[in-house]
Amino acid sequence: MPEPITVTVNGTSLAVPGGATVAVAIVLAGAACRKSVTGETRGPLCGMGICYECRAVINGQLHCRSCQIICQPGMEVRTDE
Amino acid sequence: MSGLTYDVVVVGAGIVGAACAEECARQGLRVAIIDRDVIGGGATAAGMGHIVVMDDSEAQFALTRYSQQLWQQLRQELPADVEYEPCGTIWVATDEEEMAEVRRKQNYYAQRGVPTEVLDPQTLERLEPNLRKGMAGGLLVPEDVVLYPPCAARFLIERAQGAGAKLHLGSSVSQIGNGLVRLADGTEFSAAAIINAAGAWASALNPGVNVKKRKGHLAITDRYPGFIRHQLVELGYLKSAHSTSADSVAFNVQPRKTGQILVGSSRQYGAEHGEVDTGVLTRMLQRAQEYMPRLAELSTIRVWTGFRAATPDKLPLIGPCLGDPALFLATGHEGLGITTSLATARLLVDQIAGRNPAIPIEPYLPSRVPAEHAYA
Repeated sequence: MPEPITVTVNGTSLAVPGGATVAVAIVLAGAACRKSVTGETRGPLCGMGICYECRAVINGQLHCRSCQIICQPGMEVRTDE
Repeated sequence: MSGLTYDVVVVGAGIVGAACAEECARQGLRVAIIDRDVIGGGATAAGMGHIVVMDDSEAQFALTRYSQQLWQQLRQELPADVEYEPCGTIWVATDEEEMAEVRRKQNYYAQRGVPTEVLDPQTLERLEPNLRKGMAGGLLVPEDVVLYPPCAARFLIERAQGAGAKLHLGSSVSQIGNGLVRLADGTEFSAAAIINAAGAWASALNPGVNVKKRKGHLAITDRYPGFIRHQLVELGYLKSAHSTSADSVAFNVQPRKTGQILVGSSRQYGAEHGEVDTGVLTRMLQRAQEYMPRLAELSTIRVWTGFRAATPDKLPLIGPCLGDPALFLATGHEGLGITTSLATARLLVDQIAGRNPAIPIEPYLPSRVPAEHAYA
């Protein structure tokens, strides 16, 4: 098991296995990735960067595909917009 | 087939045809609207939806200002999906030469009762922090508006239908003139007046009508609310839009109510096909990034093209067609058809109904431009 690293999801610190994607961190935090235009919660579907359902805010950048981005120490993830 | 007799048949259900149909129907005329496709499926769907006062010429100013005021009067009745947003335009100046143009423009608008505000570099940066640093300033035109054109066209069509107009979609017109409109399936409509509002395809119905296709590209981003707050246009846009030959691009970005950003613009003559031209698209996006470097960080979700209906003198054709006094043109609006649609309808119906127009009609009469020779 790789060394765990710490990221922040919606303001709460969380340890995830090294090499995990941000989508994994969001799932471990018990959050949904985003809300649709009509307010439905959305999460990873394809897991390969095609469906765009896993978009989240990473280090302030909107609409990042969380399934394609590996967690880095100290990364700040938001799913509330 | 018999019984299909109308006072007015409008060919084309884009924003201009929709506005003409609505104006005719409100006058109590019996109206039919025909489109080969859907409501607002041509330039109306492809364009930006910028209700903008322009000052290329006195005639262009008069038409855009008159029409903008008509949109303002209609505002309370527009449904939410038209997304009417009076966000204003900022003409962005990169250097002192363009600031001189800002001051000329302000003076021109002030003399004609259009409020504007000259922005110094600090104010511009505060209003639009994602513009590149070091701009010379800009001109804010607060009464300019952004809206969503296809829904505006549908709203106008529905108002026309509410006043009795009949809508025929999916019907290709094969021939118009001499009081008759013939569809590809052989159906015939007879009408006291026919309005050719077929945009860039007007000359396919009436060979000799002097409009040419001027292709444009647009891109739209994902939702980034607050990234920009006004329609932002480079002052160099004038040089680009005025060029009558070369392909050109200009920085022209628009905030949508969804938080999405429309990124434009390009202009090409002689490009007949609708494919995205990656060379032109690349130049367009590079131009946008020169003005707004952080656009590069945003996710673009869609790119498309459309065709403006361009005339030789940059003014639309509004009025009777030479040689057939019952055939009227309402086309040639180039990149300003959303803005000028409502005024076009008024001026055209003024002519059909014998009313006095609110502004002089002469600069827009089709008889001012020589007809193109029809190719055999």
